[in-house]
Amino acid sequence: MSPRRKSRVVWSLAAIAIGLIFAGAGLWLIDRPDLWLWLITGTVFVLTGAVGLAIGDNAPQISWASIVGAELIVLYTLTPVVYLVSLSLKGGNADVNQGGFLPHDPGFTNYETVFEFSLFQHALFNSFGISIISTSISVVLATFAAYAVARLRFRGKKLVLSVALAIAMFPVVALVGPLFDMWRAIGIYDTWIGLIIPYLSFTLPMSIWVLSAFFREIPWEMEQAAEVDGATAWQAFRKVIVPLAAPGVFTAAIITFFFAWNDFVFGISLSSTERSIPVPASLAFFTGASQFDQPIAAIAAASVVVTIPIFVIVLLFQRKIVSGLTSGAVKG
Amino acid sequence: MASTTTLEPTKAAPGGRRAKARSPESAENRLGWKLAGPAVAVMLLVTAWPMLRALYLSTFSYRLTDPDNREFVGISNYGVVLSDSLWWRAVGVAVFIMVVTVAVELVIGFAFAMVMNNILVARGLVRASILVPYGIITVVSAYAWLYAFQPTTGFVNQWLHLDPGTNLFDDFWGSIFVICLAEIWKTTPFVSLLLLAGLSQVPNDAIEAATVDGATWTQRLTKVILPSMRAAIMVAVLFRALDAYRIFDSPFIMTGFANGTAPPSGLVYNAMIQRVELGLGSAMSVLLFLSVLIIAFGLMKLFRVDLSQVRGD
Repeated sequence: MSPRRKSRVVWSLAAIAIGLIFAGAGLWLIDRPDLWLWLITGTVFVLTGAVGLAIGDNAPQISWASIVGAELIVLYTLTPVVYLVSLSLKGGNADVNQGGFLPHDPGFTNYETVFEFSLFQHALFNSFGISIISTSISVVLATFAAYAVARLRFRGKKLVLSVALAIAMFPVVALVGPLFDMWRAIGIYDTWIGLIIPYLSFTLPMSIWVLSAFFREIPWEMEQAAEVDGATAWQAFRKVIVPLAAPGVFTAAIITFFFAWNDFVFGISLSSTERSIPVPASLAFFTGASQFDQPIAAIAAASVVVTIPIFVIVLLFQRKIVSGLTSGAVKG
Repeated sequence: MASTTTLEPTKAAPGGRRAKARSPESAENRLGWKLAGPAVAVMLLVTAWPMLRALYLSTFSYRLTDPDNREFVGISNYGVVLSDSLWWRAVGVAVFIMVVTVAVELVIGFAFAMVMNNILVARGLVRASILVPYGIITVVSAYAWLYAFQPTTGFVNQWLHLDPGTNLFDDFWGSIFVICLAEIWKTTPFVSLLLLAGLSQVPNDAIEAATVDGATWTQRLTKVILPSMRAAIMVAVLFRALDAYRIFDSPFIMTGFANGTAPPSGLVYNAMIQRVELGLGSAMSVLLFLSVLIIAFGLMKLFRVDLSQVRGD
């Protein structure tokens, strides 16, 4: 038996075994409605294995190991996310207190609660505004710096890179105390600008790396050609390099946006009211529809809402994000 | 910018232009700093200045609620922190989380990278689904895992038919277990992407040659694949280790730093923001920064690597 064929058969049998374990464990341990999830998962794996065995050598280039692996990856990444969605759809306290994965009495009441909560509305607005502004400024500054790092020879280039590296390693929490103190002294505590400034500092290192990696891939000759044609260094930068680097800039922007959208430490330390509180910090201040309600399902609903932008960005730009995260990271 | 500026004087400049420029070297220097300067200034503004201020404040006994009794105490704040078992326990907790999560993430991340490297169908789907944990807000992931393990409202206890009174968050090890689980779930995708980049640089001929020579799968893995991925593994370990040591969001949401689950960043936050003890808190900030530096240098020494080299400079 050829190694490829052997691997296909082995992994098909493994998929069937995994599927049977899911179905069996579900039937043995799990009550309805959650049982359906286990049976569906089991069926998918059994079918994968069955197809693998039936397909024979008609699709020799497909690695069955990686198909089973891909199914396990999707199961791994989506289980907590699907749980949040399902928790957010649970209707009322009784349903939440019943426990389990799927709702017994599904409905959208939690989303209504969340959108009536004014702190959350403000937080959404703040987070969008702050993230977009800091992303724009950060990417512009990083583009200039990365161009200098990748293209120019100047004294102190090592310093720029060392500063970026040092800041990427910096413990953010060590700064919130002094910043809290300073921001109050100069009057920008609990304002947008008070959050934008730290977001800039901590997103620049990553952006500079991603962008300088992209800049290094850009062909030198184009810039020289522009200069031979009479362009100044500045024009060569603006007219030749910027369009070529646009995909890199875009990737850096997405990564920066993720950081700003994700931040919690600065959010809870440097803001206190709806004037500037960002989404992650606001989640920690949630209350239920009434004081007797647990905010669990409401927080789940809010979490789902704030994950939607991430989901959209990931679906649209997954290829760019992956190349940005990996480019320049490893060239040893 | 003067029109005489040349970016690469030796290659690009026609003779006449170069003669006119008094010093192309210094022009390139100036352009370099004009472009990189603002970024460096912004990066230092929010780090160097507050850090120096923390260094200064750490020499005082100073509570924000009681500013009149501010008093210079020299380095005694450091003595107070370093002789407190609470601080060392926090360091221990963070190191434990760091070692456990990085080890598990490397193993799972490598498996994921192998899958992504070999898969031909549904590439986009796998890539997108792996980016979801990476992009999701850490606080949201913490809530998802916190609620999953809640005794009555969660699903884990029910699925495993645990005793209704069982609450993992009642004790230290249960809390740490869920904190590590959430951390691993969220950050394994990042590790797997770095390892994927490394995997794509493993020369295919070397693997094929090894196969022809009759090397088993394990031999190919340990003798060919892993050694050529050394740089990728080091970058992943370095970045993830420092991130894990600085962990804050998950324990904040899950335990509120109770049950002895506070890492050093939790102690700093409690001292600075909750108790507004700026003197003592600043001393802890400085110590946290130093401990991160020690870990970073330790790892670099261990790997014998200059990170700027790995980054391709």
